[in-house]
Amino acid sequence: MFWNLLAMEVANQNPVLLHGTTAAYFISILLFILGIKMMSSPATARKGIHWAGLGMLLAIITAFVHIYFLGQSDPQLFLKLGLMVLMILIGTAIGWYSSLKVPMTDMPQMVALFNGMGGGAAAVIGYLDLLHGHGPVSLKVLAAAAVIIGATSFSGSIGAFLKLQRWISSRPITYPGQQFVNALLFLGSLVLGYLSITNPTVLNVNLFILLPLLLGILMTLPIGGADMPVVISLFNALTGLAVAFDGFALQNYTLIISGTIVGASGTLLTILMARAMNRSLFNILFGAFGKVQKGGEEEEKVMKEMSIDDAASILAFADKVIIVPGFGMAAAQAQHKVKELMEELEKRGVEVKFAIHPVAGRMPGHMNVLLAEADIPYDRLYDLEDINPEFETADVALIIGANDVVNPSAEWDPNSPIYGMPILQAYKAKNVFVIKRGRGRGFAGIDNPLFYLDKTYMLFGDAQKVVSDLVQALKKL
Amino acid sequence: MPEVWVALYIFMLSAFTGFEIISRVPVILHTPLMSGTNFIHGIVLVGAMYVLLTASTPLELAVGTFGVFLGALNVVGGYVVTDRMLAMFEEKKKRRKE
Repeated sequence: MFWNLLAMEVANQNPVLLHGTTAAYFISILLFILGIKMMSSPATARKGIHWAGLGMLLAIITAFVHIYFLGQSDPQLFLKLGLMVLMILIGTAIGWYSSLKVPMTDMPQMVALFNGMGGGAAAVIGYLDLLHGHGPVSLKVLAAAAVIIGATSFSGSIGAFLKLQRWISSRPITYPGQQFVNALLFLGSLVLGYLSITNPTVLNVNLFILLPLLLGILMTLPIGGADMPVVISLFNALTGLAVAFDGFALQNYTLIISGTIVGASGTLLTILMARAMNRSLFNILFGAFGKVQKGGEEEEKVMKEMSIDDAASILAFADKVIIVPGFGMAAAQAQHKVKELMEELEKRGVEVKFAIHPVAGRMPGHMNVLLAEADIPYDRLYDLEDINPEFETADVALIIGANDVVNPSAEWDPNSPIYGMPILQAYKAKNVFVIKRGRGRGFAGIDNPLFYLDKTYMLFGDAQKVVSDLVQALKKL
Repeated sequence: MPEVWVALYIFMLSAFTGFEIISRVPVILHTPLMSGTNFIHGIVLVGAMYVLLTASTPLELAVGTFGVFLGALNVVGGYVVTDRMLAMFEEKKKRRKE
């Protein structure tokens, strides 16, 4: 624990303050747990975040009151309180503005970014605890663990943000000896952590925090864009754990409980997501998934194009159309046009269903959120297991900006990096239409044999424009 | 019971609580829930505030201030992002009732 914080508590033997703040934090934690619980059900989800927000507000106000009374003997108290208010105001302005401004499609990287900020704050707490130097070794070890985990999460989340934002290449970046370098950095962190505990000089502690910062960004480099959701979820869980460790160091139960709950639920969520892709977490982190395969025969393969009018007439006379949305639909903001297309087809008696792959887009549930935004009824959306048997009876599988989640290599080619991943079996449909921005490979950088099948026709262009053209063509029919 | 053990008991029970409360979450809520838990660990802001109070050197003051800033970003950004996502579910629900 922070030794001078304990001294302040002892100097302030005010039972009203002690019980008052403890009770307030108790209510905060209760609101957090209730909030998360409510967020796990669609009907109450919005209320859940509001209750959790109320809990947070209560915790922050309580902290201000508590700090005001604890710091009575501190000549710098008002400077520190002023800095807190100022930082919270600036943080609020930036956080509020940036998260209101970004389009819905960029939400995943915003989650990564704000998660990284939390990891950074957790690392800062551990860092300052180590600098203080006093206290039992067991708690110092936890503070050092918070520094390693928090700093890794900070730089790793920023790496994930940069990749998803495409400010750096979303392809896996690999070099020889990569895992060795990362292992070395991790071991180095442990050694410097030990030094920071036994001999907490400013130099030691500064060197200590640098290594995990480097490790986080290097860990993210070899991870392909398609795996990024799982990694963001992992960093989210890690930040929670770092916060819990800070709670131990500060002997603050609010931090221990909230951090641990996030750590545990985040770990479970990460496992669920990795399982949906049929890959182990180890494989995702160390496998350099989606690395472009070198060599092999580059046989001549042709993608066939089709005109909008032809495509529209086939769609109009189909009995059953299954739409497979992917990140391309999200990126082009085409979901409202897709709704129009659905309505136009249904007017003609076509049965329209949506096939949702668990990891389509950049996050699990990404497609559901976007389609819900466009007001497409839930009961048209089908999960992988439910829709796969239906492709055989579908006249058209219309793929809108999805690639890896319909890549039959996962079933056909044991050498493919995605072999074994469950896919939507769009290739079983009688016709496959693919709306695609260009001829390039998907996010994961893997070639897709589906595009070269005899029954596959490509509609190149921005998803919103192509779907809107289809709607126009249908209306003219 | 020694305080370290109390903390460990709480740690264990919280871990089970974390697993339990999200064990039956539908896929559509995975993204918002990840974002929501991201907001919850913004409680680190409170920790950073206490730590700033204990700062005694200019370095500690500067780093502690930075920590409060990062924590505030986590709280506010995490809240607004989650609320925006969940708002779409609610609007939809309302429209359906009409």
